[in-house]
Amino acid sequence: MECTLDAQSLISISLRKIHSSRTQRGGIKLHKNLLVSYVLRNARQLYLSERYAELYRRQQHYPDGAPLLAMPACPPPPAAASPPELAGLPLPADTPEREARSCAAVRGGAELLEVPVCAAVPAELQRAPCRDSSPGFYRAAGSAGPGGGGGNGGAAPGPLYAAGCDFGGGGAPHCSSRTTVLDLDTHVVTTVENGYLHQDCCSQCPCCCQPAPGLASPPPAPGTKRKYYPGQEEEEEEGVEEGEPGGGGVAGGPPFAPCTKRARFEEYSAEHPQDSSNISNLISIFGSGFTGLVSRQQADTEQPLNGQLCSKQALASLGAWTRAIVAF
Amino acid sequence: FLGAGGGNDIQWCFSQVKGAVDDDVAEADIISTVEFNHSGELLATGDKGGRVVIFQQEQENKTQSHSRGEYNVYSTFQSHEPEFDYLKSLEIEEKINKIRWLPQKNAAQFLLSTNDKTIKLWKISERDKRPEGYNLKEEDGRYRDPTTVTTLRVPVFRPMDLMVEASPRRIFANAHTYHINSISINSDYETYLSADDLRINLWHLEITDRSFNIVDIKPANMEELTEVITAAEFHPNSCNTFVYSSSKGTIRLCDMRASALCDRHSKLFEEPEDPSNRSFFSEIISSISDVKFSHSGRYMMTRDYLSVKIWDLNMENRPVETYQVHEYLRSKLCSLYENDCIFDKFECCWNGSDRQRYFLPSPPCSIVMTGSYNNFFRMFDRNTKRDITLEASRENNKPRTVLKPRKVCASGKRKKDEISVDSLDFNKKILHTAWHPKENIIAVATTNNLYIFQDKMN
Repeated sequence: MECTLDAQSLISISLRKIHSSRTQRGGIKLHKNLLVSYVLRNARQLYLSERYAELYRRQQHYPDGAPLLAMPACPPPPAAASPPELAGLPLPADTPEREARSCAAVRGGAELLEVPVCAAVPAELQRAPCRDSSPGFYRAAGSAGPGGGGGNGGAAPGPLYAAGCDFGGGGAPHCSSRTTVLDLDTHVVTTVENGYLHQDCCSQCPCCCQPAPGLASPPPAPGTKRKYYPGQEEEEEEGVEEGEPGGGGVAGGPPFAPCTKRARFEEYSAEHPQDSSNISNLISIFGSGFTGLVSRQQADTEQPLNGQLCSKQALASLGAWTRAIVAF
Repeated sequence: FLGAGGGNDIQWCFSQVKGAVDDDVAEADIISTVEFNHSGELLATGDKGGRVVIFQQEQENKTQSHSRGEYNVYSTFQSHEPEFDYLKSLEIEEKINKIRWLPQKNAAQFLLSTNDKTIKLWKISERDKRPEGYNLKEEDGRYRDPTTVTTLRVPVFRPMDLMVEASPRRIFANAHTYHINSISINSDYETYLSADDLRINLWHLEITDRSFNIVDIKPANMEELTEVITAAEFHPNSCNTFVYSSSKGTIRLCDMRASALCDRHSKLFEEPEDPSNRSFFSEIISSISDVKFSHSGRYMMTRDYLSVKIWDLNMENRPVETYQVHEYLRSKLCSLYENDCIFDKFECCWNGSDRQRYFLPSPPCSIVMTGSYNNFFRMFDRNTKRDITLEASRENNKPRTVLKPRKVCASGKRKKDEISVDSLDFNKKILHTAWHPKENIIAVATTNNLYIFQDKMN
């Protein structure tokens, strides 16, 4: 059967469906979201296999590995496929009421939302390390050890839900260089900004709608959840190629491969200074909880989402979180 | 045309249509379920607005032997209201997902209706008499002064205009975390099951504060969720047996005698996927939207997006028959995914119990019916292997007008009277159909209208 849409369009359409299902009457339809996640997975597999084919072709051409750090740009999203709707997506940081609702939805989420864990993330990585080109910080999530705090406890170790990354060039006006992570058990929100770690605990304020000024809190001790430490990256930057399968995706291997993130970050900023990674924002919307977004985004300048889609990272990071979104 | 055992073809005629004529459909009027009761005298519909409308068939007029009684409104009531779950910040839709009738035990009728979260048992009773002639009360209800009573009389029942009252007798709530998709009454007529995406519960009709969980497919880690329950039904004869279908296209048959929690199936029905048909949407179109046992209980029918399959309970590895409902849609799955039509849940039904009308040594008539788009619906005769496509539309409005068969042109040159795939109206879908348990009368629900068709007698 031929599909008139390419993998990227399917991915964006699917994400849009998942996003809109959250506001539909009657609550999230588990069945439909599960089916959409299958389409996402299928499209992603195709997209990744096309990318690897491209990688392989280039490798044949340049066997000295030089261009690995200068990966071909993510094929520009077909203009037709950039749904204008996404450009108009309001950030959840709109109204306090909505956040309150959403916060309640996330946590009280009880049975229905149950998302757990990103134990999902490492689980999936271990299952199919070669398929998953999730950036290094997902692995960090898995092996960072049990998260601090009691929270709801009892879950698999290191339950971090790694939200998308909206990396941008240092000079890009509308790309934030923050990544927000929410531990769904302890409700600790962790954010990395420009390489500095910020951590907020939103378990104290359940409805958490106030912007947390905690941007200046000191980085946590090692062993607790973390994104990446810029210091560590320097040494490893050279030898590791982009975190593609076969490259760094060894299950149980080095628990932390921050350089992949950094490498990507660098070339991403060089080549896509204008990309605002709507997909990443969507991921953030899903994953970080609205508390994280409230506190982070308000500190941002207002950055309208332009219609551009499908940053490379976003697509590459589609791995494990799709299922979490389904449950979410 | 179909054969009805003995070579007599069924010719379907328009009988009635219920519902608004407007093209502008109010969302609350969208019909969400249709069900005949056990005698076929009553026909219930549920809608998105949480209302139940029951139609009753008129007594057959002996002088008009060429048509059966018409269905007229018998009772209308609000079954479910929208609710808000404050704990989870979720709105609970009032849409009626399923209605199931109980067999009649006394003068009153009982049915179960369910929305996403709550099942209700409704009693529908008639009142056509009222007592008159009380000694201590006037007719208007005022009390009489006992000292003015000089004679005594016996109150009597006098006829009054028929009143049909619906009252909720039981409310079965708070047992489902996920959305209820099915209810099914057991053949013991004392218990019933309700199924949501991940769990199936067993209830006793008399007990509302307790239910037993008999199937739970929720994984310990929701991240590992790969399939959900899409439909469930009790076996028509064996009160210990039920089946449930999944989004992965499998059907599991469970025996409640085996263990309290029927997580391990007794039988697993699954057809291996044809690898040549693999696409982005393979998982979606293999999801089963409905499962129905045959009246005998020997077979069951499942509906997935493109086909209807008949399974023999004694053979698990593949269906015994497969009927393509609208194979021409296979090349359109991408657009159907975009406009969400690919998620439509079509139901299916068997024809009524076999009635040997003609003393001929032919196999009993066995026809299955299901809906499609453009207000088309399809019937497959399992004996003759013939199929027919009919349309529910107001254009064939005259009673006893025989419906003209329709044909969709998949590709190539379109013949006269054929409709090309691209002209199909995907907003006009027939998801719910029902077949009278004894007669060749069918109820077909379009978006907000209910059509009744009968076979042309004589």
